[in-house]
Amino acid sequence: MSLILENIDHVVGASTHIEGVSLELAPGSFNVLLGRTLAGKTTLMRLMAGLEAPTHGKVMMHGRDVTGVPVRKRNVSMVYQQFINYPTLSVFDNIASPLQLARVDKQEIRRRVHETAEMLHIEHLLDRFPLELSGGQQQRTAMGRALVKDAELILFDEPLVNLDYKLREEFRDELRELFKAKNCIAVYATTEPNEALALGGHTAVLHEGRLLQYGRTEDVYHRPRDILTAEMFSEPPINVMPGLVSGSEVSFDDTLYFPVDEVFSRLDPGAYHFGVRASHISLSRLHPTDLEVEVTVELSEISGSETFLHVRNDIFSLVLHLGGVHRFETDQRITVFLPTHKMYAFDQHGAIVHVPSHRGGR
Amino acid sequence: MVNKVYNNRAWLLVLPMLALVAFSAIIPLMTVVNYSVQDVFDANTRFFTGIEWFERTLNDAGLQAALLRQFAFSFTVLAIQVPLGIGIALLMPKRGWQASAVLILITLPLLIPWNVVGSIWQIFTRGDIGLMGVGLRELGYGYNITRNPVDAWATIVLMDVWHWTPLIALLCYSGLRSIPEAYYQAARIDRASKWAVFRYIQLPKLTNVLVIGVLLRFMHSFMIYAEPFVLTGGGPGSSTTFLSQSLATMAIGQQDLGPSAAFSLIYFLIILLVCWVFYTAIMNMQKDKAERGGV
Amino acid sequence: MAEIILKSLAHSYSENPSSPQDYAIREMSHTWHQGGAYALLGPSGCGKSTLLNIISGLLNPSEGDVIFDQRIVNDLPPEERNIAQVFQFPVVYDTMTVFDNLAFPLRNIGTPESKVKPRVREIADILDLTAQLTRKAKNLTADEKQKVSMGRGLVRDDVSAILFDEPLTVIDPQLKWKLRRKLKEIHEQFNITMIYVTHDQLEASTFADKIAVMYAGQVVQFGTPTELFEAPAHTFVGYFIGSPGMNFIPVSATSEALMYGDLSIPVGQRLVDAARRCGTDNLKLGIRPEFIEVAVAPGDGDLEVSVKDVQDLGTYRIMSCYLGEELFKVRLNEDQPLPHGLAYLRFPERWLGLYADEYRVEIEHG
Repeated sequence: MSLILENIDHVVGASTHIEGVSLELAPGSFNVLLGRTLAGKTTLMRLMAGLEAPTHGKVMMHGRDVTGVPVRKRNVSMVYQQFINYPTLSVFDNIASPLQLARVDKQEIRRRVHETAEMLHIEHLLDRFPLELSGGQQQRTAMGRALVKDAELILFDEPLVNLDYKLREEFRDELRELFKAKNCIAVYATTEPNEALALGGHTAVLHEGRLLQYGRTEDVYHRPRDILTAEMFSEPPINVMPGLVSGSEVSFDDTLYFPVDEVFSRLDPGAYHFGVRASHISLSRLHPTDLEVEVTVELSEISGSETFLHVRNDIFSLVLHLGGVHRFETDQRITVFLPTHKMYAFDQHGAIVHVPSHRGGR
Repeated sequence: MVNKVYNNRAWLLVLPMLALVAFSAIIPLMTVVNYSVQDVFDANTRFFTGIEWFERTLNDAGLQAALLRQFAFSFTVLAIQVPLGIGIALLMPKRGWQASAVLILITLPLLIPWNVVGSIWQIFTRGDIGLMGVGLRELGYGYNITRNPVDAWATIVLMDVWHWTPLIALLCYSGLRSIPEAYYQAARIDRASKWAVFRYIQLPKLTNVLVIGVLLRFMHSFMIYAEPFVLTGGGPGSSTTFLSQSLATMAIGQQDLGPSAAFSLIYFLIILLVCWVFYTAIMNMQKDKAERGGV
Repeated sequence: MAEIILKSLAHSYSENPSSPQDYAIREMSHTWHQGGAYALLGPSGCGKSTLLNIISGLLNPSEGDVIFDQRIVNDLPPEERNIAQVFQFPVVYDTMTVFDNLAFPLRNIGTPESKVKPRVREIADILDLTAQLTRKAKNLTADEKQKVSMGRGLVRDDVSAILFDEPLTVIDPQLKWKLRRKLKEIHEQFNITMIYVTHDQLEASTFADKIAVMYAGQVVQFGTPTELFEAPAHTFVGYFIGSPGMNFIPVSATSEALMYGDLSIPVGQRLVDAARRCGTDNLKLGIRPEFIEVAVAPGDGDLEVSVKDVQDLGTYRIMSCYLGEELFKVRLNEDQPLPHGLAYLRFPERWLGLYADEYRVEIEHG
């Protein structure tokens, strides 16, 4: 009882939108499709829904091949970026519309609409019309329509993009709660790594039509398969620095190096890419093996409770993610500390060769 | 990203349309082609004439004059209606009940059938009872559309302007409405003059609707028939006889089926040609845009 | 050069406003100093666009005065106010080249061509638009267009303030920070007052030295990003700034303690005294998720909470827990031990805020 995509290709004219994607979504799972714009998220969702047929490959639902079955004959619902509702119908009738189409009994419709509306906190708005509502409430109505009919598959195509960030926070929390109890497969497309983390569940990282990695959200985040996945699944992106491993040290250039420890001595000598997360770089020494680096501030971006510090030196540009509000002047010279024991290492082809083992408490 | 499902069975859905087009356009047109290469005496007697009718039509001095007259007319009305339409659109109120009232008033002429327009102006310009005819005479001008070719021409142009300028005005009005308020605000802050606002904000945004307007009005005016037929009957002399009227006279009045079939085809080809030139020009303009936009 | 003062300003869109709800802007006085980088931050519908339009002159306030350098400008149209504005969607003159776009405001006031050229080149150089000068403005990318519209404000040497209305809305996420940096550079280079309107805390606090947070037609706090974060002056600021926002619990004051229901919240006497002096029933304690200390084992004076769930957000975690009925969010570092079932919270006094009728009560910390 699951949704399986088997080696799906989707080609339109000369351009390949989806290339060789295989994915198995478990029943009752919440799945995030993470990727930049044009990564193929929407196309993949449309293939899952049956709005498109794949050029090659199979789509299996509950063990049944549904590759050519059009969307009307599948039990699927979808929520879009835009707040799509019937403007001339009340919120009640909007939510009821899929049930009315399915000729569900009147009593039953009333019951289920009220139940859904209560879940989404719009019960007091049932008599209103969509255009009288705020953006958040309109999107709740659209979600109500998707949730009311007990679909086997619910697709969310960046549903929160057009809402401001406070509303997004609330929605994410609610969606997590909502789907804990549901037994359908949910797929949620987003461009924001932090949204994927906040939603939890499983994450599939997409890039240019290909699936980079799929797994439990934390696992994909903490153990990316390669540089690209690590970069796609981090905001601000993970800092990547080219470096050389010799017998005794890891060096970034003549002046910047650190002695290999037990971990890095296991790597064969040669060129690697080292990855360090923006939030792991600090302004003070936290560990004896931290690497001290002189940098110039390019910009400090402050987000209410956090600071994103863009810095650079002659060798590389780094982004720091600091908790709290920190003011820096542009072009100010500062010293930052890179934790060598929290560094990832990738080989020349980008494949991961070392995952830091610092994560305790689990 | 818009993707479509490819399914060749969809072509079947086109078949009924194809049949309809065949009956409504292709078959009648082919009949005309058929007549244009034959000399028909009666149901059983006909001769193949080749391109003779075409040669005759093209060399016919009367038709040549009508063609020139037709072009002159189309360009005259376009030259008046386009700027006038833009001007009216610019002056129209932007919101409130005034906007609706003006819209309705301006739309009125568009709702009147062609031959009724002719009749209205026929009465309007009469020297004995028509408001305009009598008025002009009172002012001391010897206005007479049945005698004076200039008067007849001017009146037909005026009538066409009255009838069709609202179309251009409406198109431009909708084009102007679609300009975001921020553009006007920015222009005010930049201290742009009224003329600069028109030249650099309004006119560029109107190009697209104007292209449609000009194309429509050209085709319309090139085929004008009922109004001058009712108003002047093509006279005095043949001074206001336009192409379609010449054709009607030839086909219905004189029953010259062969030449009028040839004439019809030439007429059709001229309109097609002008529209094609126009269409390609626009397409090139847009391709140009897209290419440069892609930099 | 301008100092912009809003004096007893209020605005209502209705003819005869009777209640405070009829006002889009409730009565306020505010000063924007010459050369400052300011932000006007608030959710949609808080009145920030109305206020912006009043400053730029597109709207005449129904009450009070707008004063530019001691001169009341209420009746002056935008073109006479020496301000420039950058809109949410880029406004450029499509058919003109970038050069002509930048030259437009100068030519409109009859500047001789010999002066236009060097000035336009100078501004294009600052904005990194030199390579685009001969291109048609229509074909620029969104961020280049926004730079052009900003440039049209900068070329005029009589412009004393630039207003930005959510200028980065249509910019690619990857390019946003570069444009933010450019804005800051320009602010440092030109001695121009800049007011940046946005609903995004990141945009506001990155750009501005001081932020006016608007809520329901009022400025509820005017302060630096640090002040907004560490000492929100209004519960709305606490909620709106920071992700997640500040935690609040309703409390009542007895003679020696602050009570949440029957539960005594361990706070210093100073705070209790302050609460008692407020003379209102609407008392709240606020603390940010970042400042709550968490222990897995009970300690003296700790508050016991039941853990609802813990979200792994990559390099930190957010723990949701219940103190009685109140949902608390606590930020945990990735190296911090994870509590199970029950957790024990401690509120450092320095980071606790007391709110009476939604406004912060200032307390001297000894």
